[in-house]
Amino acid sequence: MQEKLIFEVSSPGRRCISLPPCDVPRKSLEKMLPPQFRRKTPARLPEVSELDVVRHFTRLSQLNYSVDTHFYPLGSCTMKYNPRIHEEVAGQEGLSRLHPYQPPEQIQGMLELLYHFSGLLKEVCGLPEFSLQPAAGAHGELLGMMIVRTYHQKRGEGGRKKIIIPDSAHGTNPASAALCGFEVVEVKSNGNGLVDLEALRKAMSPEVAAMMITNPNTLGLFEKDIIDICNILHEAGGLVYCDGANMNAMLGRVRPGDMGVDLLHLNLHKTFTAPHGGGGPGSGPLGVSKALRPFLPVPRIKAVGATGRSPLQYVWDYDYPDSVGRIKAFYGHIGVIIKAYAYILSLGRKGLLKVSEAAVLNANFLRQRLSGHYDLPYTAGCMHEFVLSGRRQKKQGVTTLDIAKRLLDYGFYAPTIYFPLIVEEALMIEPTETEGKQTLEDFAEVMIKIAREIEISPKMVKGAPYNTPVRRLDEVKAAKQPDLRWSFPVDSE
Amino acid sequence: MDYVPHTTQEREEMLREIGVPSVEALFEVIPERLRKATPRLPGALSEAELVDFFKGLGGKNKHLNQYNSFLGAGVYDHFIPSVVGSLASRGEFLTSYTPYQPEASQGTLQVLYEFQTLVCELTGLDVANASMYDGATALAEAALLAIRHTERNKVMVSRTVHPEYRAVLATYLKPLEAALVEVPACEGVTDVSALKDRIDEGVSAVILQQPNFFGCLEEAEAISAIAHEKGSLLIACVNPISLGLLSPPGDYGADIAVGDAQPLGNPPFYGGPHVGFFAVRKELMRKMPGRLAGATTDLEGRRAFVLTLQAREQHIRRQRATSNICTNQNLLALRATIYLSALGKEGLMELAELNLQKSHYAKDKICALKGFSTPFGKRPFFNEFVIRLPKGLTPDSLNNRLYKRGIIGGLPLGRFYPELKDSMLFCVTENKTRNQIDALVYSLKEISRGLPRASKVRGRGAQRARKS
Repeated sequence: MQEKLIFEVSSPGRRCISLPPCDVPRKSLEKMLPPQFRRKTPARLPEVSELDVVRHFTRLSQLNYSVDTHFYPLGSCTMKYNPRIHEEVAGQEGLSRLHPYQPPEQIQGMLELLYHFSGLLKEVCGLPEFSLQPAAGAHGELLGMMIVRTYHQKRGEGGRKKIIIPDSAHGTNPASAALCGFEVVEVKSNGNGLVDLEALRKAMSPEVAAMMITNPNTLGLFEKDIIDICNILHEAGGLVYCDGANMNAMLGRVRPGDMGVDLLHLNLHKTFTAPHGGGGPGSGPLGVSKALRPFLPVPRIKAVGATGRSPLQYVWDYDYPDSVGRIKAFYGHIGVIIKAYAYILSLGRKGLLKVSEAAVLNANFLRQRLSGHYDLPYTAGCMHEFVLSGRRQKKQGVTTLDIAKRLLDYGFYAPTIYFPLIVEEALMIEPTETEGKQTLEDFAEVMIKIAREIEISPKMVKGAPYNTPVRRLDEVKAAKQPDLRWSFPVDSE
Repeated sequence: MDYVPHTTQEREEMLREIGVPSVEALFEVIPERLRKATPRLPGALSEAELVDFFKGLGGKNKHLNQYNSFLGAGVYDHFIPSVVGSLASRGEFLTSYTPYQPEASQGTLQVLYEFQTLVCELTGLDVANASMYDGATALAEAALLAIRHTERNKVMVSRTVHPEYRAVLATYLKPLEAALVEVPACEGVTDVSALKDRIDEGVSAVILQQPNFFGCLEEAEAISAIAHEKGSLLIACVNPISLGLLSPPGDYGADIAVGDAQPLGNPPFYGGPHVGFFAVRKELMRKMPGRLAGATTDLEGRRAFVLTLQAREQHIRRQRATSNICTNQNLLALRATIYLSALGKEGLMELAELNLQKSHYAKDKICALKGFSTPFGKRPFFNEFVIRLPKGLTPDSLNNRLYKRGIIGGLPLGRFYPELKDSMLFCVTENKTRNQIDALVYSLKEISRGLPRASKVRGRGAQRARKS
């Protein structure tokens, strides 16, 4: 099944939406816009009817796998169910149709919402202050690195140029550190898939600014030495940045602040279930310890206590001279934040506990079912996700990529593959808490069936997928001869 | 209310199969002292209670459908056709993720290819990416690209660029120890002669905004020539709706064009999420940040789409990546794609002209009032303009009085430009009717008429507010 490009169904002169009439006296265009400012040729937007638009985008949507239609066990991405009600509460006019430059007295409800949401994040994570400004997890990391840099500079330790990052880390960690001018020092994981304390001690020096660590890590394992790790860093004058991508495993029961971490970003779209939208918008609030509060971005919400006749008021405060500044226009991804807030309120404390409980239960159950059929490089009990290796299947000439493609044939989206980098032929599986036992059993059955197919007819598996809208793509061609936009036929120009 | 489907029996069966006595046992690997957290959180709400709670919060706000608003300054109130929301809210778009498996993500990928094509058409540049967080971060990343490409460590930005965008730019440049030099403004536009005097061979890029923060049109070609003469890149930050009428950045020689596509079918949402766009000349393609969708073929020779040129990206290059960004603003880029498709070629031009006509009508009417003037003379503008208030009337007091009449006035400029503390930025889109504009003009007239006895007017206004 294929869908033409919207440009290919365009016909000159066809119209879709109607615009309001010009109800003011018209002035001549030439008088308002001298010719040097005017466009010479119109942008070639599609000329289509409303039905054309509706049919085109509806059909395109049908070419996607999604949480609503398929099990989506994409490791580290926490593809849980996105409650419908969140769309409704966030979309109401009183929240979505507010302008960022309306003065505070017109938007007290919004400021109250942001203030209280921030308060809930502090409780859940055990950190004294959050900034809601970062647009996504990687943006939170970038902000975190800026704060690390500024903190050391203020203390006269600007010479700290190194960031320690385990070899199992997300690629955004080293990229964020580099964007802040830091040098990345990689530490190897030990045989159990955890940070090697000896290697860490050896990597320490007066030049170390911070360590970035993900806990539970990307193998789905809890860094049980986290308290020692924080101590090692702190004793050497460094800070600990926790990538909170895997917070789902700890919700309601373990707080990163209690581990001793100094900075933590959350991925609201993951842990607190805002729809991923095919790749954004996310939201990546950053929490920090007390010592780092002065460096958070401006503006920050402040509650001004009730005095005399004036009631409690929420305002934006810009007066933080040590702040790293602003990392985004306006205040953050409010539309995403509202959904995350709705989620925490629906669940309450008990509900959050149930989330981490079921997320960890599901991952362990699936891991147990699959462990005899695929290699399990690390045998310790997992948290909310686990990593298999396809190295046994590779001996039959079938790679993890082939397994992923074959899963699509059976109506499952594929796990994260070839990550973390330290596992050969990695398959990283995160079922999330919103999937039931039946779905997990169906998925396990298919995974086992594929393992059998690999033994019997590896060639068939290598040809997968067969049942998707398109077959396997020529990615080399895509990179070698980049075709990144539609080329209009010459006659329509 | 929670979304965990397990029955007690299922949980028991699962635990038995795993071989542990309880769920707690699965957490025993975590040091005990860390497992004792008891966050103070409220009890659970049912769906009905949740709806009431958020209605309550929403009800404490005054929104743009209740009030006659003239705010713009980077976030614009345009009409959003119903097809945009209804199509973009389809679960298959809403609840999928980054198209790692292209065979199961052709919908998202084709939308991005169409989005990239639309951005290229609007900007007149060769290549566009799949979108950025917002206009401000897109601008900052454009500056980083320029620094990488030219290997020069200085950036010049016009004072007429959105102040919050400049603030973000400064934050991004600080850790790289890159110099940020401000080009002064003169009568509402970039001071071209000052730019010419101050630019040197160490400048990686010159940044302008078109229309600029004051709504005025910049002499983009002259600025472009000055930048290129020194081997610097030109970065243009543009309003996509204006490109229905205005010269595309590619025509005046911009090497990079960025902006925010919020005006294209995305609600203001108190400032986010919005969606940045990013387009470049072909030579800069491999140095771009962000995701790119490309066309290729499948095994059977059919056209199909895939994320490409990923060797620039963080999951492959790690610390050597062109950026740390690892997604786009997909859902908002989708909305922009639907919006532009629905608007069409003629529609965009007509829409841009409606903005132009209505804002000019409003400006002429306001400037005809006694005491109101424009500090920027006869500069051409698009859908925003600056008005200087009569003596004795401050922007804040004017806005307070307008608010009592159901009007959200323009943006007081003193906060960003102390030299313009007596001035405001008004925005008029196609969404304003003549009646709404006339209501603003009438109110301005009434409020300014009362000026000599300002204190009395304030007293009356306050009394009225108390009564209501």
